[in-house]
Amino acid sequence: MEKPLTGNFRSDKQAVSLEDYERAGGYQGLHKALTIAPADVGELVKKSGLRGRGGAGFPTGMKWSFVPMGKDAPHPKYLVVNADEMEPGTFKDRALMERDPHQLIEGVIVAAYAIEADIAYIFLRGEYVCSHDRLERALAEAKTKNYVGHNILGSGYNLEIHLHVSAGRYICGEETALLNALEGKRAHPRTKPPFPQVSGLFGKPTIVQNVETLCNVHHIVKNGPDWFRGLSKTEDGGTKLYGVSGKVKKPGLWELPMGTPMREILEDHAGGMRDGLHFRGLLPGGASTDFLIEEHLDTPMDYGNVQKAGSRLGTGTMVVLDDKTCPVGMVWNLEHFFAQESCGWCTPCWSGLSWTEKILLAMEQGKGSRQDLDTLTFQTKFLAPGNTFCAFAPGAVEPLQSALKYFGDDFRKHVDEQRCPWK
Amino acid sequence: MLTTEERQEIEEKIAEYPNRQAVSIDAMLAVQRHRGWVSDESLRDLSEVLGVSVADLDGVATFYNLIHRKPVGKHVALICDSVSCWLMGSDKVRDHLCARLSTPLGGTTADGRFTLLPIVCLGACDHAPTMMIDDELYEDLDEERIEEALTQYD
Repeated sequence: MEKPLTGNFRSDKQAVSLEDYERAGGYQGLHKALTIAPADVGELVKKSGLRGRGGAGFPTGMKWSFVPMGKDAPHPKYLVVNADEMEPGTFKDRALMERDPHQLIEGVIVAAYAIEADIAYIFLRGEYVCSHDRLERALAEAKTKNYVGHNILGSGYNLEIHLHVSAGRYICGEETALLNALEGKRAHPRTKPPFPQVSGLFGKPTIVQNVETLCNVHHIVKNGPDWFRGLSKTEDGGTKLYGVSGKVKKPGLWELPMGTPMREILEDHAGGMRDGLHFRGLLPGGASTDFLIEEHLDTPMDYGNVQKAGSRLGTGTMVVLDDKTCPVGMVWNLEHFFAQESCGWCTPCWSGLSWTEKILLAMEQGKGSRQDLDTLTFQTKFLAPGNTFCAFAPGAVEPLQSALKYFGDDFRKHVDEQRCPWK
Repeated sequence: MLTTEERQEIEEKIAEYPNRQAVSIDAMLAVQRHRGWVSDESLRDLSEVLGVSVADLDGVATFYNLIHRKPVGKHVALICDSVSCWLMGSDKVRDHLCARLSTPLGGTTADGRFTLLPIVCLGACDHAPTMMIDDELYEDLDEERIEEALTQYD
């Protein structure tokens, strides 16, 4: 099985060195890209079917096609790497940056070339100190080799890459909020339109892409869109980094064909539930995705099929709920996170989520009422898409709405017995 | 007054952006690296360097959770309280640390060695529960691992 993203990872968890990276075919995608017209690089990515790996799943090539190109396009144009991994339960981008930093850098250069960007910023989580050190070193090496900088490999193309260390807040993962953060402001989301592709960072055309997405780009250029599609088990191309956390025997992270069934990941790779515990449900792609249960375990983990099952692929890193853990407590933990991380810009979000969190906490403490259950259901509709400024709150209530659906008896038990049955 | 070193670090960052306001966060983090936190006086100094009002800078400082506007201990311990760590018993880790250091979450130990703060998902969910002390990530925490970690700091 081909593993383009993690195949070079070292077992000692050190970063792949530049020499080893080049020996394994690294920077050949860049060499090849520079011989093709930028728009044609975008076309290859479009044909490959690559979709954003940050959670939303937008087709990457299509996103790039909205960027104004050619002589009349405004400059500087920007490519921004969303390396602000903070979705609870998600630990894939950190691995990619720490263990193969040149792979990300090559992806950045090729993507930047495809949109004729002049400057790229890597927007990195402040807590990812190891990623920072390894990327900084890799960037310096890439500059020495003229993979980055002026007249890259004699092609006439120029690109600067800068590392930006963020100071926290989940909302920075929202692309327009991220742009405000990069401009040194509070990270509130912006109104769309204008879309960042046309007017983004400092008012100039900007593309924001997740780390895992960019790590695929030069492989596609090097090996072709058909190769990329062939890696996958379903219509969404490529491989995917899947993770499992929670009380399974072997929590971990694996690169597998896109569309690998949930059960295979859980049982074959994560080793199934720990002894004495039973599976109750999982969040398929981080905190802001709907719970799925036993009946969904044969779902192929890709964008379309997880959506058909009633959730989202999200980041592809599953969080597993066992039968000895309180689902109400788990949802309280999730909503506590979202209430805390709401940027405070629009009222439904900051007010609705703190209200939701308070109700869930009261239930856990044995102080909930039947009316509270109606209020929780109301919140899931009140915070639905279209009622809030950005996608933060609708994502925040996804685990709540599905928990009410699948674990409703547990919620009712909390209010009827005026206690948490797990305590 | 900003030190020469702080000023130099900030100017280096300014060269990477089209305007000075953009480095507001970098500049505050630079000051924090040297002083542990960002005081009112530092905000006034930064305001002059960046051409951004103190009020706007404070608005930015209070938005981001890694910028400290109050003094912190010599070391800052960030304890993950997000879902994967919660499932694996982060409440116990937090309670043990608080008891061991006789400090509530958000507080600083009497000897000024540690400040304990909650943090969101540290991206090491397959090794939950986790925490960071300064720049170091600690995984698979239990009481023994916590003791081991604490001995690394004076």
